[in-house]
Amino acid sequence: MELSRRNFLKASAALAAMSAAGVSIDTADARVSKLTGITWTKAPCRFCGTGCGVLVGVKNGKVVATKGDPYAPVNRGLNCIKGYFLAKILYGKDRLTKPLIRKNGRFVEASWDEALDLVASKFKEALDKYGPTAVGMFGSGQWTIWEGYAASKFVKAGMRSNNIDPNARFCMASAVAAFIRTFGKDEPMGCYDDIEYADTFFTWGANMAEMHPILYSRLTDRKLKFKHVKHVDLCTQITRTSATADIIILFKPQTDLAIANAMANVIIREGLVNEEFISKHVAFLKGQHNLPYGLEINGKNDGGATFKDKPKKVSFDEYRRFVSAYTPSYAARLSGVPAEKIVEIARLFADPNRKTVSFWTMGVNQHTRGVWMNHLIYNLHLLTGKISEPGNGPFSLTGQPSACGTAREVGTFAHRLPIGVVMNPKHRALAEKIWKLPPGTINPKPGYHAIEMARAFERGDLKCLWVMCNNYFQALPNVQRYRRGAEKEGRFLVVSEAYPTRTTELADVVLPTAMWVEKEGAYGNAERRTQFWFKAVDPPGEAKSDLWQIIEVAKRMGYGHLFDYDLSKYDGKIEKALWEEYRQFGIGRGKDLAPFDVYHKVRGLRWPVVDGKETLWRYREGYDPYVKKGQEIFFYGNKDKNGGKANIWLCPYEPPAEQPDDEYPFWLCTGRVLEHWHSGTMTQRVPELHRAVPEAFVSIHPDDARALGIKNGDRVRVKTRRGEIIVRAEIEGRNKPQRGLVFVPWFDEEPSRMANNLTLDAYDPISKQADFKKCACRIEKV
Amino acid sequence: MSGEIDIDKDKKETSRRQVLKMMAGVATAGPFLYILLTMTGKKGYPFFLRPPGAIQEGAFNTLCIRCGKCAKVCPYDAIKIADMDAGVAAGTPYIVARETPCYLCPDLPCINSCPTSALDHSIKEREQINMGIAIITDREECLSLNGIRCEVCYRTCPLIDRAITLKVHPNPRTGRHTIFEPVVHKEECVGCGQCEHNCVLERPAIRVFPEEIIAGQIGRHYMYGWK
Repeated sequence: MELSRRNFLKASAALAAMSAAGVSIDTADARVSKLTGITWTKAPCRFCGTGCGVLVGVKNGKVVATKGDPYAPVNRGLNCIKGYFLAKILYGKDRLTKPLIRKNGRFVEASWDEALDLVASKFKEALDKYGPTAVGMFGSGQWTIWEGYAASKFVKAGMRSNNIDPNARFCMASAVAAFIRTFGKDEPMGCYDDIEYADTFFTWGANMAEMHPILYSRLTDRKLKFKHVKHVDLCTQITRTSATADIIILFKPQTDLAIANAMANVIIREGLVNEEFISKHVAFLKGQHNLPYGLEINGKNDGGATFKDKPKKVSFDEYRRFVSAYTPSYAARLSGVPAEKIVEIARLFADPNRKTVSFWTMGVNQHTRGVWMNHLIYNLHLLTGKISEPGNGPFSLTGQPSACGTAREVGTFAHRLPIGVVMNPKHRALAEKIWKLPPGTINPKPGYHAIEMARAFERGDLKCLWVMCNNYFQALPNVQRYRRGAEKEGRFLVVSEAYPTRTTELADVVLPTAMWVEKEGAYGNAERRTQFWFKAVDPPGEAKSDLWQIIEVAKRMGYGHLFDYDLSKYDGKIEKALWEEYRQFGIGRGKDLAPFDVYHKVRGLRWPVVDGKETLWRYREGYDPYVKKGQEIFFYGNKDKNGGKANIWLCPYEPPAEQPDDEYPFWLCTGRVLEHWHSGTMTQRVPELHRAVPEAFVSIHPDDARALGIKNGDRVRVKTRRGEIIVRAEIEGRNKPQRGLVFVPWFDEEPSRMANNLTLDAYDPISKQADFKKCACRIEKV
Repeated sequence: MSGEIDIDKDKKETSRRQVLKMMAGVATAGPFLYILLTMTGKKGYPFFLRPPGAIQEGAFNTLCIRCGKCAKVCPYDAIKIADMDAGVAAGTPYIVARETPCYLCPDLPCINSCPTSALDHSIKEREQINMGIAIITDREECLSLNGIRCEVCYRTCPLIDRAITLKVHPNPRTGRHTIFEPVVHKEECVGCGQCEHNCVLERPAIRVFPEEIIAGQIGRHYMYGWK
């Protein structure tokens, strides 16, 4: 019997009243099932890195509904508007349900055997003929943890190549590099609970209101309830996030480097340094300056591709002298921010009676000096000792559901292993031991990172590329160049996808892929919270999980032994076997993860999980099991390097790779909108979200628009040295750019509106992360 | 012109009475208003959301010569033409916001194409338009009012932060999140209907109505002392 929606709600309400917070999901939901025929299972949301918990309702083999999990600690039943539509992302009309092989220029349906045999034989042929640098994989921070782990093992232990890199290179790499260079370990020391303890919030290049909607909702709540709480928003355009800001620091692109140094200067000058903390827990390093930008000049890389920093130790005095050049007035001249504002926010940041949290995202990470910008934020927290305790800490937010869990923790990067890096013999030995490989198996030379991978594919050095779980050929900066490269003869492109995309259209083989709850999975969110879900429904047609695809190709290439587990020990689950092997890497090394079954019973745990207990604040006694009694603070990631201190780095202001000039007089910044996610593959297939924001637009300052005779809604050409798009002008809309800057969101897959036709493929030479936020453009009315 | 205005006044009174009659017995409960109005027949026209610049409803029917030019020039095909069921209004232009709202073209082609003064040619800026007023008709279903981070109506409002603003309240159920309530300001709202069109619900929780149907009016004999 069908229950009406109202009766269903009544039944649910009764149930909610009955079940207290402690009641397990299984018991609670079994009761609803009897009434509605819907069974509920838990999962993290498929979209951003916030990691909201949802309950997924299944009936007759289909996901029929979702609801926010009222007991999920992150979101307590809430969702954003993308999360509201989770049930619809699986059922777009054009789901890929059969393997496709390009024959004579057209896609022809094929059997899995035919498709997998073809993939395996092509990869094997390239490997035999040209060696391990000729094959590669471009993966994702949306892979489940075991998919990323299996991919890494397949590439590094199987093909003995290091050509595996994730799209997280485009979003998190600068944060990773800086965390490791500063603390010896990746990922934030704090957690979301910091929000409820903080007195001052700094948002740096982060539009939390749209990109991390539920977390921003928590920040706003904290501000609403406690009148003393302040928010400083550092940005290059006024966004929805600026709405809660007490102080808005609207700076010229790239000058955040100068502002942060000037803040440090003020803090030192005015005696706001936490001297005891500095003397006990901080060391000082100076790396190389005048860095390259990863650009190619006449086909030759400027040195960014292979840049390796050579830091040397310096003293606090040297650091003091270094930042003394960054006077507030100097930073003001560069940034356009009044000097007294810079002094004001420095004092606010350092106020010993206030706790300070910094949140940042792509404005800081997608930066040709992104690692430095991350360092400069840590520098402020270290100078003031505001770190690793409730309400105090630097917190880099993530944009993908498992940028942390999969890309960063598993290490699906060209230079990484689940613990450490391929260049380090000890780290290789550990991986070889856990993976049961003969010593010397793992290749010590890092592979191609995201942009160099596309360049190698263009040149033809990379022959076979397998793109999984992301839309590489829409996401790359200067994308048209790399699309042309991929279309050249002699390239073999395999794409595993759920829907047709700008990437699948370039493929030689398209493999239909299971999404989200169509497979068992695990994600790790921005606060180190690992969350599991069960498979809830079968994927449509012949679609299969990325995990299955990786293992099947591996077997066909002769690497079956890498995934040959006695599954009787693991409840018949390859996922469990992989997890139990993977977590061997982290145990006792600061990344302890709990056994597989534990995560299916809880709503996530924040690692390190030691003796069944999660860790909310790392590096501080009383919170972190790795810090012994009496140590107070111990940055144990640097234990062997400097006895466990965090590093303050001397990072100067350096200009961006491209700046506005007479020909291209505007700054171009790209990003997202709340309604759409990444390249829009999922959200643009939700009719309601598509209706809400059907196409990309360009936000322009009203004075700039007036000067160019552009009115709201006019069609406008945005042009750079790489390409152009035609979009409608949005004046005084959701984003309010500063004069001289325009903003375009990148979700739109229509070729004439793709933001990455415009962007510059320069990157940070340390993190190799591209800068999608800064290049020069011109705009004209069409 | 002045003669016309006098005629308008009479006609306006009549049309307003008609609307009131239609609503008799309904007791004007906001959430149910639209449904009741639309139940008057499959092809019924409970009210018309007129194109930008339309003068008062009664006078509009007199001055509109049913040429259809405004509908023809609308680049979004937002403007429809009423059929015979509309009685005296047959042949006049109107907009169904949920299907295609007014996108407030900067050059206002509909107004410029109107050969009479049915669409007010003195309107030059989108801010001067007054097609109607948006209102959240179902506060219980509105996602934003339930704490879901939706606010699509707000972010896609062409007069964001003016016609619609966000009012923030603590979410008492979760104890740590915020409810971002979209609030329409009728003095600023031009009635383009983009909010109704973009509302992600199956039936929109925010809708646009002509001012005379939805707007209250305080007696002219009284003024708020603090305004």
